[in-house]
Amino acid sequence: MAQHRSKHLLPGFGLSMGISLFYLTLVILLPLAAMLLKVAGMGFPEFWRIISSNRALAAYRVTFSSAFFATIINGVVGLLLAWVLTRYRFPGRRILDALIDLPFALPTAVAGLVLVTLFAETGWYGQLLEPNGIKVNYTQLGIIAAMTFTSIPFVVRAVQPVLEEVDIDFENAAITLGASRWQVFTRIIWPTILPAFIGGCVLSFARSLGEFGAVVFIAGNLPGLTEIVSLLIFIRLDEYNYEGAAALAFVLLAVAFLTLIATNLLAAWQVRYVERKT
Amino acid sequence: MSQTAGRSAGANVLIGLSFLFAAVALVVPLALIFSFALREGLGAYFSAILKPDTLHAILLTVVTAVIVVPINMVVGVALAWLVTRFKFRGQQLLIAVIELPAAVSPIVAGIVYLFLYGNQGLLGPLLQSSGLQIMFTPLAIVMVSLFVTAPYVARELVPLMRQQGTDDEEAALSLGANGWQMFCRVTLPNIRWGLVYGAVLTNARVMGEFGAVSVVSGSIRGQTNTLPLQINLLFNDFNIAGAFAAASTLALIAVITLVLKSALETWERR
Repeated sequence: MAQHRSKHLLPGFGLSMGISLFYLTLVILLPLAAMLLKVAGMGFPEFWRIISSNRALAAYRVTFSSAFFATIINGVVGLLLAWVLTRYRFPGRRILDALIDLPFALPTAVAGLVLVTLFAETGWYGQLLEPNGIKVNYTQLGIIAAMTFTSIPFVVRAVQPVLEEVDIDFENAAITLGASRWQVFTRIIWPTILPAFIGGCVLSFARSLGEFGAVVFIAGNLPGLTEIVSLLIFIRLDEYNYEGAAALAFVLLAVAFLTLIATNLLAAWQVRYVERKT
Repeated sequence: MSQTAGRSAGANVLIGLSFLFAAVALVVPLALIFSFALREGLGAYFSAILKPDTLHAILLTVVTAVIVVPINMVVGVALAWLVTRFKFRGQQLLIAVIELPAAVSPIVAGIVYLFLYGNQGLLGPLLQSSGLQIMFTPLAIVMVSLFVTAPYVARELVPLMRQQGTDDEEAALSLGANGWQMFCRVTLPNIRWGLVYGAVLTNARVMGEFGAVSVVSGSIRGQTNTLPLQINLLFNDFNIAGAFAAASTLALIAVITLVLKSALETWERR
């Protein structure tokens, strides 16, 4: 790409800028501003009272801890899947690769319906688990299962392209010099994929925090026990408690914004990382 | 790849674990949908799908997608063109704003619209006095769907167009093409598979959106119920067969999406 492009070498700046600004303002910024105004209008003491109420705190606890466990599962499994897909050639590889995106393609309500049926007492998985005292439906385990399912692809898709770029010559050189396979992984591969891995985990965690469709089917939604933040917001709306809904939605919005900043910083880190290596 | 011949035992274990996970977490759930939908035979399946409320939900879902996908394709191309072909102040901010809908909970997406167009919202009094109702109508469903899928097309096109660079387009211009000729004959053919892929992902998300739509639709049976909401209603009515019949249509779309995605990636590489 040319380093010094003159601004108007290619046409369409005005048109594409016009469409983009018009659309972003109308569809994204204006609605966001409306909610921020709603929150600003309620005053800080009221806002603080809502977001620090016991029920809200319990909802944060359930949401964040479930998202945390789901992210750990997806971090480990995602690393495994990315590794297997990039490093080995085996029959069924392309099907496995395509299948990984299923949670993105399958509507979350369908995912919720399937999970609650699978883990029901008489369900395909439930009848194996319940006799052993493991109850998934209507417990936090169910929330973790739903969050795990809906964010399976994030870590795989973040790590996969980076792993493909890792120079196999470095590894072979290291092995020739007497490094063990484990040393090659910890000294060469792991440092290279680390930014992408963390980036994938952050996205996975953010998605889990916001997941609603799949969770409401399986969580049972008991206040304080299995009530996630998104659901609490929904309940506040049902009660016509718009201030309560707005304040809690603001918390989720702020977390999402922080996530975006974190992923952008990680992406910049990744670029510097690669540049330093080459 | 060097490990192709003579895989180690460790490699086989890792591959086996991957397939085991995929089977338990992905294949079995997918199989369960179709198995439960067809459990009572094809006749029962079709009569469940052809129930007026479910049929109406399918229609509303399709109409929403037909409106939202083309709009977001045009906007996605404009955004990608703007971000990859020009440098301007505030570019990073613009990219962050595009990405925001994908990072936020769908419930929040629904709520921001409620606080703009709802009765207690910013424009509520204005809309009420002019007799316009946006919330709890299909229009609101279209609007939140535009919001949640705003980043999808641009997200596919931006890396692709960055990587392709501007050489082809500059060549077309220097050979005397005007802006539209350059766009239609050079840019569009170059990005077509990425564009189709973005559209496929947008479509899947629009048809499956649950959280945002459930906030703004009002879930009126036979009126503002999309398929995912209909599934939830049927499930709450303990109509499991009906819920799975409705779910199977969305699952079918998901499978088609995956097949198309896989095919498009292959074509793009050629």
